[in-house]
Amino acid sequence: MQLTGDRFTTSSALVGNDLATLPDFPAEIRAPAGTLAGVSAFQVHISDHDITTPGDAPTVLVAMNPAALRSQIDRVDAGATVIVNIDAFDDRSLTKAGYSENPLRDGSLDAYTVFEVPMTSLTKGAVEPLGVKPRDAERSKNFFALGLVSWMYTRPVDRTLEWIDKRFASKPLVVAANKAAFKAGHAFGETAELFDHPYDVKPAKLPSGTYTNVTGNTALAWGLIAASQLSGLPLFLGSYPITPASDILHELSKHKNFNVRTFQAEDEIAGIGAALGAAYGGNLGVTTTSGPGMALKAETMGLAVSLELPLLVIDIQRGGPSTGLPTKTEQADLLMALHGRHGEAPLPIIAAKSPSHCFEVAIEAARLALTWRTPVILLSDGYLANGTEPWLLPDIDSLPDLHIEFATEPNHTDENGAQSFWPYLRDPETLARPLALPGTPDLMHRIGGLEKTDGSGNVDYDPVNHERMVEVRAAKIAGIAKDLPDVEVSGDVDSADLLVVGWGSTWGAIDGAVARARAAGHKVAAVHLMHLNPFPPNLGEVLKRYPKVLVPELNLGQLSRVLRAEFLVDAKTVSKVRGLPFTAAELEQAILDHLTGVLS
Amino acid sequence: MTDTITPVDDPVPATTRKDWSSDQEVRWCPGCGDYSILAAVQLLMPELGIRREDTVFVSGIGCAARFPYYMNTYGMHTIHGRAPAIATGLALARPDLHVFVVSGDGDALSIGGNHLIHALRRNVNITILLFNNQIYGLTKGQYSPTSELGKVTKSTPFGSLDQPFNPISVALGAEATFVARTHDMDRQHMMETFRRAFEHKGSTLVEIYQNCNVFNDGAFGAITAKQVRDDMLVPLRHGEPIRFGVDGSKGVVLDPQKGARIVEVADVGEDALLVHDEARPDPGVAFMLSRLARGPHEPTPIGIFRAVERQEYGAAVNAQVEAARAERGEGDLAALLRSGATWDV
Repeated sequence: MQLTGDRFTTSSALVGNDLATLPDFPAEIRAPAGTLAGVSAFQVHISDHDITTPGDAPTVLVAMNPAALRSQIDRVDAGATVIVNIDAFDDRSLTKAGYSENPLRDGSLDAYTVFEVPMTSLTKGAVEPLGVKPRDAERSKNFFALGLVSWMYTRPVDRTLEWIDKRFASKPLVVAANKAAFKAGHAFGETAELFDHPYDVKPAKLPSGTYTNVTGNTALAWGLIAASQLSGLPLFLGSYPITPASDILHELSKHKNFNVRTFQAEDEIAGIGAALGAAYGGNLGVTTTSGPGMALKAETMGLAVSLELPLLVIDIQRGGPSTGLPTKTEQADLLMALHGRHGEAPLPIIAAKSPSHCFEVAIEAARLALTWRTPVILLSDGYLANGTEPWLLPDIDSLPDLHIEFATEPNHTDENGAQSFWPYLRDPETLARPLALPGTPDLMHRIGGLEKTDGSGNVDYDPVNHERMVEVRAAKIAGIAKDLPDVEVSGDVDSADLLVVGWGSTWGAIDGAVARARAAGHKVAAVHLMHLNPFPPNLGEVLKRYPKVLVPELNLGQLSRVLRAEFLVDAKTVSKVRGLPFTAAELEQAILDHLTGVLS
Repeated sequence: MTDTITPVDDPVPATTRKDWSSDQEVRWCPGCGDYSILAAVQLLMPELGIRREDTVFVSGIGCAARFPYYMNTYGMHTIHGRAPAIATGLALARPDLHVFVVSGDGDALSIGGNHLIHALRRNVNITILLFNNQIYGLTKGQYSPTSELGKVTKSTPFGSLDQPFNPISVALGAEATFVARTHDMDRQHMMETFRRAFEHKGSTLVEIYQNCNVFNDGAFGAITAKQVRDDMLVPLRHGEPIRFGVDGSKGVVLDPQKGARIVEVADVGEDALLVHDEARPDPGVAFMLSRLARGPHEPTPIGIFRAVERQEYGAAVNAQVEAARAERGEGDLAALLRSGATWDV
């Protein structure tokens, strides 16, 4: 189902629709089919105008079995079209899904336009003449559904057929079966009288340029490759497989010709450890993970803070705590990113707001890490990782230069005139330390996790020196703010009664909600934060400009807690922790409630 | 490789121990076995024909882990148990470097056991020196994963209950290609063993019996003291029958039922002795030799248990990168971004 959903998305992108997707699949690899736990859903929102979320309530639901219907029907508004695979609605399947009555017969779906399509038997009929065994034939039914929906939305047929050729190239019989099923579904839509007229979504008015369709994880992997090219440093990924971050490892492992080394380590700790070792050797060191892995990497992040080496730590957040909801989205790692290390161990944190934005954020993370010689945490989440959107491809020449200078000469002369390299003799502006790579003659030096004398870097237990080092490390990270652009306010910049402050993947829903509230005549402004530590320099002033501040987050209020502590503003939280993103309607309601004083 | 490091074609300059010693005051307890290991390494380095700047010592946590501070090379004092993982990343990123890991029995076999076995089975080019003193020194005297059963320490006042690890057996079980043992009372043996480890392509594990004179003094005295060595150390020499004892009166045979066992040569004849072959593809015999002594109070083999050739991991990783570059050309970012379906608006 994820595969066919993905294909429908690509077809829509090819006809120029703006789109957003929400894959929603179980954590189990082969969860029992027909059970509620085993439902694999894929939501796609296509539009002829610019959209920023996968949409609120879908207008069409395709349910391949009773469990799918039961688990998804509440997400569909009354009046919507529901297409069911009637072949799957036998007594056994109904019982398995927890229905005591057949919902197709008891009137519970009266508010919907229901189309009953015998997808399994029609698929079998279409593919069995090819010599496909009955059991295998049934597997092609998702392609029947894809054909049917492609007809309904007039998606191009030929390119999907070509894609099937390529996707299953090693299995000619599967190619033939899937194509036959796809065509049968398409033909069914065309000839059956069930549908009066096809749904035609016109292309969105997007800025001109060349577009492609990317998931957040792909964009992130490509952003890392770009950062490697822009810095001239080979890319080294040390990683341990974990949902939903593994696709970054998969993608990067394909691109070795970009001088990329991927290392699947024995555990999360070795993943970040190897990345740090590679960073010490002059590579762009990266580790990728999700929540539980972040906990395991904490000690090495602390070491990287102490060593002051560039390192990228990428956290694709998922529902927690513990194993939590591995395939569902959440934003509950912010405070962990800020504070989840022992001792005073500050580091920069940035977050991506949309799938394609992951590309830019990866480059920015590398810029911060290399310029300030620090580990950086990049926060994405399950929603961005697997979600897709059309991406206006950037001009490669417009990307920033990330080259840094490594030390090649001694930087210290002692009282006897002997020259040496002091690894902690800092740049007075940035407070960044010089980096001398192993292999550089005459600059041999030792670094470690013990406290060191500022300057020489020698082990130092002096209390005053320790306090100075703690303060210098904090000042170095805080000082990055001087280099950040001011945060931009959108909406009713000068007159808003309420400011919505967001971060990460809530951007699309916030954007939609603010637009709706303003269209209804309310004065609302919004800012969306990419830099979460340090904050953009003008954030405090912006927050104090507006009477009300509302912070929607997929957690219990982590950013709002930081804003309140940092800026003494009465920031209110809109919380959701269901493993699902906000809808624009939910946030529109929250905005109205706070504006009208229903909530305050 | 980075373009910031220019390869040097000049001959490697002649150096002495002093050139390899840092300006830092050595801070181990007076009388610690670590001093003699440091001396052996510093004396060996000038003989290896390598540059100081191309050499990196990586360590975890523990007394032994202070080692990098005393070497005038590049060095990294990292996290408890994680040195093999960090060194692996460095060795993969920089195959031009000589990467050493200095570890202890707690660091390598307790908190870092996972990283040790995986570094060994991958056969990444790092030389691991495991200082085994059978005690936790830096935390002041708790039993370690190599302490003998029943060890009375601060944390085991009624005696330890854990079966100890035999580091040689662990390494052989982890598919290590080079496994050796030496001890801190014999500088020449240490230097020779370290040299062989350095020359080996891949991961190497050298266990060094090291005396902690404060918390576990004399742990190896029964086998390493000068007056008992002949009878208690069983030298392994490639291609030679395994003999020891004054006048070589004792030897090792392989008994099909009982494994390796000690015999009087006069009883069995020299031809019956096991001829040591460090290059046996199967680690079985080496494993049996590792079980010859139940602890450092019985005749104990020292020397190289196993040295076999196998693909070095870093070279294989970099060969894949080079093959991809040769086949597909240098990566083109603009083309990568257009590698999926694209459309123009």
